[in-house]
Amino acid sequence: MNPADVTAADLVAFVAHEARCLDERRWDEWNALFAPEGWYWLPACPDATDPLAQASHLYDDALLREVRVRRLQSPVAHSQQPAGRCHHLLQASEVLLCDPDANRFELRTPFIYTELRAGHTVTLPGVAWHQLRVHDGGLRLVLKRVDLLHADQPLPAVEFYI
Amino acid sequence: MNPQDAAALVQPYQVHRDIYLSPEVFRLEQDRLWAGSWLFVGHDSQVPQPGDYTTMTLAGQPVMMIRREAGSGPGAIAVLLNRCAHKGAPLSTAPAGHADRYLRCPYHGWTYRLDGRLAGLPVKAGYEGSDFDHGPAQHGLTPYGEVAVHRGFVFARARRGGPAFAECMGELLQALDLLCDRSPQGRLQVAGGVLRTEFAANWKIYLENVNDAFHPITTHVSASQSAGDVWQAQAQDGPPPLAMKQLLPFASGYDFFAQMGARVLPHGHSVLGTWASLHTAYADLGGYGEALRAAHGAERAAAALAFAPQNVVFYPSMALKGAPQVMRVLRPLAVDRTVLEAWAFQPVGAPPELLHSALLYNRQVFSPMSMVAHDDLHLFEGIQRSLAARGNPWVSLHRGAVGGDDERPPRDVSGIDEVLLRNQYRAWAEGMLAVGEEVV
Repeated sequence: MNPADVTAADLVAFVAHEARCLDERRWDEWNALFAPEGWYWLPACPDATDPLAQASHLYDDALLREVRVRRLQSPVAHSQQPAGRCHHLLQASEVLLCDPDANRFELRTPFIYTELRAGHTVTLPGVAWHQLRVHDGGLRLVLKRVDLLHADQPLPAVEFYI
Repeated sequence: MNPQDAAALVQPYQVHRDIYLSPEVFRLEQDRLWAGSWLFVGHDSQVPQPGDYTTMTLAGQPVMMIRREAGSGPGAIAVLLNRCAHKGAPLSTAPAGHADRYLRCPYHGWTYRLDGRLAGLPVKAGYEGSDFDHGPAQHGLTPYGEVAVHRGFVFARARRGGPAFAECMGELLQALDLLCDRSPQGRLQVAGGVLRTEFAANWKIYLENVNDAFHPITTHVSASQSAGDVWQAQAQDGPPPLAMKQLLPFASGYDFFAQMGARVLPHGHSVLGTWASLHTAYADLGGYGEALRAAHGAERAAAALAFAPQNVVFYPSMALKGAPQVMRVLRPLAVDRTVLEAWAFQPVGAPPELLHSALLYNRQVFSPMSMVAHDDLHLFEGIQRSLAARGNPWVSLHRGAVGGDDERPPRDVSGIDEVLLRNQYRAWAEGMLAVGEEVV
């Protein structure tokens, strides 16, 4: 795939596939959806602009995503006994940017995320922003940013990537 | 339940589960221990201008921390109950805000000076002939209690009596001075925002854990092993990135934590150990070390940089780290519900990388999405449920016993001694029994 081949349907399908990987615990496949320089960012306030100088719940590069994914599968991860599950309910994605010349693509996807862990259910609404580029023959995430409605509120433990 | 019965739940080497489980103990604890303690309220950098305020709950009370008119001297910060003298409406429901010369109640427009005195009320003529001038409303907003400020850190105590601020805090104030001297200007600034976690367990389970260097090797094995494995697999030259440097020490063994040492202090306070210093990488960043030496002298600068405690506990409400500069504040909501806040500081005049490091630490270790905190929170919530099991009602705190008066603070101890926890509960029992004037 080249940037010029990317269609709106490809972009929307990428977002659905990305959420499905998380819901089905296919974390290695999920991590491979990121470009090498890709980040996952979950700010702790609305309208955050600076992941280094403002508090975030998560700001993970490839190394930290790998550590987190490994821990979730570790037999000594106490909080994953029993193993938790998560579910993404996605609203239709909106393509915000489709610029093959610059190899830049961007989508906005409102969602309701539900996590089940140790018998407790956590439900969090929010908006996911996917910034993509074509890398190594496929669409890859440069940034997945998740803005929770409750970003600056006290939150219970949330263990999976939203 | 009376205070004597509550205090009897603490024995020299064990505590009864009711201190974590009983709603009655929780209510008494808020009224006596919390109201009678110097609680962390906020930092003066949150309210730089007259009229700036923050709101929070302290010892169960709705509270407002506000900066008074310029020239108010040592009383520049007021801590007031956030309750209109008229009908009880909160003056503000925002976490932070600004009042221009006067606080104005949104309900009927009563106004107050920035120190809480009643300034005016609409249709004042309507009060003539009533006994308003003899009622409590004429005094305006009720102060929370006594207020003390040290290097910008604001503390308040609702119940009068007991040791004055400086006497109560003792050696902790020197620790605070060292932390503030990480800034060439000697000032810390709250920055970046606060992370909040709500969990279903008693606040004391969390505060014990702050002083429990015995748990990382078993509790955090999944996080430290995963970090270690991933880093090894990278097989890169050069030192690990800061994110890894912050995670890898959780794999350290009992010897490491024992040797990092601790000091128990009166009134439940303590200083726990030092990390292999994270700050060294910053020592000469952007001329930082040089600026620090120029400002404080070589000796003081070296002392400030070398002081990197794991946790300085300001019992019962707050704990600070030295490097990175982060602070945890406990907000008990109910006997089985607590909010933890993780704050970050920028040392004024120091490179922004120090704030970045603090925020990185908070999200890696204290965020509700932290892979380190997950195992802690899971265990705390499990403890809250399983402590109620039939049979043994006691929690054991026997490790590192020396017995009798030798247990008394101040004392230097091993980093893994449960004397750090026994010291908290000695203060807890004293706080439950303390005689002081009723809460104002």
